Amino acid sequence: MSNPTSDKKERPKSSDSSNILNVEKIKNDFPILKQKVYGKKLVYLDNAASTQKPQMVIDAITEFYEKSNSNIHRGLHSLATKATESYENTRKHVARFIGGVDSDEIVFTRGTTEAINLVMYSWGETNISEGDEIVITEMEHHANFVPWVILAKKKNATIKKIPITLCGHLDLSNIDNIITEKTKLVAVSHMSNVLGTINPIKILAEKAHTQGALILADGAQAAPHMKVDVKDLDVDFYTFSSHKMCGPTGVGVLFGRRNILEAMPPFNLGGEMIRQVSFDKITWNEIPDKFEAGTPNIADVVAFDTALNYLELIGIDKIRQHEIGLTGYAIEKLSEIDGLEIQGPREPEQRGSAISFTDKDIHPHDIGTFLDSKGIAIRAGHHCAQPLMRILGKVATARASLYIYNDEADIDALVKAIKEMRSYFGV
Amino acid sequence: MNDQLDDMYRDIILDHYRSPRGKKPVDTADISSEGMNPSCGDEIDMQVELGDGLVKDIHVNCRGCAISVASGSMLAEISKGKSLDELIAIAEVVKKMLKGEIEEIPEELGDIDALQGVKQFPVRIKCALLSWVTFLEGVKNYKNKDKSEKTSTSTEEKE
Repeated sequence: MSNPTSDKKERPKSSDSSNILNVEKIKNDFPILKQKVYGKKLVYLDNAASTQKPQMVIDAITEFYEKSNSNIHRGLHSLATKATESYENTRKHVARFIGGVDSDEIVFTRGTTEAINLVMYSWGETNISEGDEIVITEMEHHANFVPWVILAKKKNATIKKIPITLCGHLDLSNIDNIITEKTKLVAVSHMSNVLGTINPIKILAEKAHTQGALILADGAQAAPHMKVDVKDLDVDFYTFSSHKMCGPTGVGVLFGRRNILEAMPPFNLGGEMIRQVSFDKITWNEIPDKFEAGTPNIADVVAFDTALNYLELIGIDKIRQHEIGLTGYAIEKLSEIDGLEIQGPREPEQRGSAISFTDKDIHPHDIGTFLDSKGIAIRAGHHCAQPLMRILGKVATARASLYIYNDEADIDALVKAIKEMRSYFGV
Repeated sequence: MNDQLDDMYRDIILDHYRSPRGKKPVDTADISSEGMNPSCGDEIDMQVELGDGLVKDIHVNCRGCAISVASGSMLAEISKGKSLDELIAIAEVVKKMLKGEIEEIPEELGDIDALQGVKQFPVRIKCALLSWVTFLEGVKNYKNKDKSEKTSTSTEEKE
């Protein structure tokens, strides 16, 4: 028999979360956080949009331009070798970071959006035909929504949506009527950028594969915050962005299973992606080069390696634990404010750290401007998820999203400012 | 910053926001227009009833922030009894004011002057423009087609 007290599921106590990471030390790694906004200490809570960069990542960009800058793959000189090695080193690192896949299965793009578009244009154009079905969810970001809707229109295919429950989870009660033998692709967010919900990718992957369909998971919000193992998730495509995980902007990752990537036609055409070119015949290069036409964003890819090092130094599992504690604390404190409504699951274990909320009297834009005047950066708007906003019955929400350099003091500042705001607007 | 904040959220603005004018639907909608702000999701629709070439009544329904609601309310307030051409001219003044092209605005525009504080918040200018741009689009459509049809507009494209 188990000890009854140990069965009790208690929310992590507020003090627990602050001990998992040395947040003071981490904050110190980010030069931008030292600045003041309107004379107030900057409290950065817009991490789901983009995270800040630690000094070592900023230095890595400079160092590349100072010591290794050159084009990759083609040159025979030392710099070209150095640059190529560094660039390919990041690819290997990314492959390890997402659970130890083959580095050929990693394609660099401009970001998650381009990675999904690559799959749409290359795999989708070839494999989707009239009568086929593409399954998405009601909580998708426009990046994993618009491409599929447009493709379906073009091909006379059908979009089917997995609905959400009132508490912001995917409603799988009718899933076997949604994912069927007509389904060719299931495209689903691993973690919602609005609700924070962590979706059951493994279950959906199994459903998709049983029907002979592929599954793409949009990991833009998940990869920065939790351990991702694409082999365990059993996904066919996985996408994420460097800039949401301490890395530079302009670098995205597409993971694709080798056999699927090999069968796909190229995305962009030009240099690097070809093997042989003559007037009569052009043959494609091997993966992943086939998908990386032209000169890529070399310096930022190289610096992304440093960002991954930084996150691993802190420890992905620790990051997750820290965020569970802090998210629980934030939800608890925000819930105590009259007139505030929080979207998405309440249990921090079932969600990420993006917390969307609305005030019954004050528009999210006014919330955003007011909080900014207190040095607090949040996001206000539809978060590129207009279909979800409609379902939630909101035109917009305010969103605070947390990361490794946030602590309870940041949440306290947010809560205090929201209370001040309500009296400022006289509600 | 608090001064700037107070300058944007002046009492007049908050008053219009809390009790917007033009809430009552019109009897006959001679002009109908809808607008939205794609970046924030603010939505507005308005109907104008004309009589003897003047605005007899106007209904403004704005689902948005304090600035967009207050701006729409000011539009409703000033519209009654004015001709469309007069209102086009006023809308142009408002646009110029928000873009910082003019500082002094005619006294008869009354409360509208309170929108000046928005200029310090570039991302919010769109909010203040939404109702005016939507109005102009509706009038343009009405004039072009004689009979109005629903138009759709966005401040992002029209600014």
